[in-house]
Amino acid sequence: MKTLRRNFLKIAAVAVLGWGVRPASQLLASSGGESSEGLLFASRHKVHAGPNALKASRWAMVIDTAKLNEKVMEDIVHTCHSIHNVPSIPGNQNIKWIWETHMDHLFLEDLHEYQPEAGAKSALALCNHCDNPPCVRVCPTKATFQREDGIVMMDFHRCIGCRYCMAGCPYGSRSFNFMDPRKHLETTNPDFPTRTKGVVEKCEFCAERLAEGKMPACVEVSEGALAFGDLADPESEVRKLLAERFSIRRSPTLGTKPCVYYLV
Amino acid sequence: MYDKNKILIGLAVFVVFMTYPFWNNIGSAAYQRPEIEKPKNAKECVESVEFMRSEHMAMLNDWRDEVVRDGVHEYHSTANHQVFQKSLTKTCIKCHENKDQFCDKCHATVSVNPYCWDCHVDPKGEKK
Repeated sequence: MKTLRRNFLKIAAVAVLGWGVRPASQLLASSGGESSEGLLFASRHKVHAGPNALKASRWAMVIDTAKLNEKVMEDIVHTCHSIHNVPSIPGNQNIKWIWETHMDHLFLEDLHEYQPEAGAKSALALCNHCDNPPCVRVCPTKATFQREDGIVMMDFHRCIGCRYCMAGCPYGSRSFNFMDPRKHLETTNPDFPTRTKGVVEKCEFCAERLAEGKMPACVEVSEGALAFGDLADPESEVRKLLAERFSIRRSPTLGTKPCVYYLV
Repeated sequence: MYDKNKILIGLAVFVVFMTYPFWNNIGSAAYQRPEIEKPKNAKECVESVEFMRSEHMAMLNDWRDEVVRDGVHEYHSTANHQVFQKSLTKTCIKCHENKDQFCDKCHATVSVNPYCWDCHVDPKGEKK
């Protein structure tokens, strides 16, 4: 059969288009089931939990503001910061993973000045491990990523310190290392790395403890004020608390779907 | 040939310059692998000595990505079929106790500067 030049060019053009479709669709998004990462859309990392690890479909935390007092909050902050080698730096370059703050700073939209006197004046703030995390979306190196169980993780090795995530996070949950943090550490826990200058850090829901089958350190020392569990399991402690009591989240109208709930 | 002398002088300078590393090292001692401190409480590493010597950097990079990004903490050794935790501080440093006498000795000799210990904590580390 004699092939016309016109027909040949037509077929070649269609073939090129066809070849282009699959790689392009792979680049744009990768499914959460594979460990490959999409180029444009955030993908969720599968967690290969070990035999001893605590597992969940969606980790979440419930904070009972009524049970928090000065001492408990201080204990929680101290425990978290000491096991994770978080330094205490005077001035506005401090680093925080979990910290005490005023209720009206936590809940910009939900509170007013005529709240009951007896109500909690302050509570703990930490990374909300959002279901739709803006920090993950803006990170240019994928140093921040989301696991399938919802934990928003930091890969400190990959962080280039551009601080997009800090601009993206509406909760101020992220801190930047303006200087070598080791100079401000009194003691270091050798089982957890410190960070280095030029890296952003935040709470990781104690992913390293969950892998060993332990609850997050803050929950352990909270004397019942903090509950942690699987949001997808109706029998879990967090779901029972949320079903019984009235709870609010920080700035839910932003659409980040935070997974730290506050009982008020 | 025009400018014969200039070209020859230029060529001579070029050859001398290019071969400088070779004749500069004539007579100096050959490279010797530094004597590193071997662990006292263990006979075998997670893999064979040859593998560890040539591949430890690639393996540690893989460990890093697998632990942080995929949550895979266990390493199944192909040498002795044991399971190890993928961790500098919980596995490597437990046997190779002295970083100065183990890691740093070779790295200093071959003039590489890995930044592992900028963040990871050497339990016996010097307080800066």
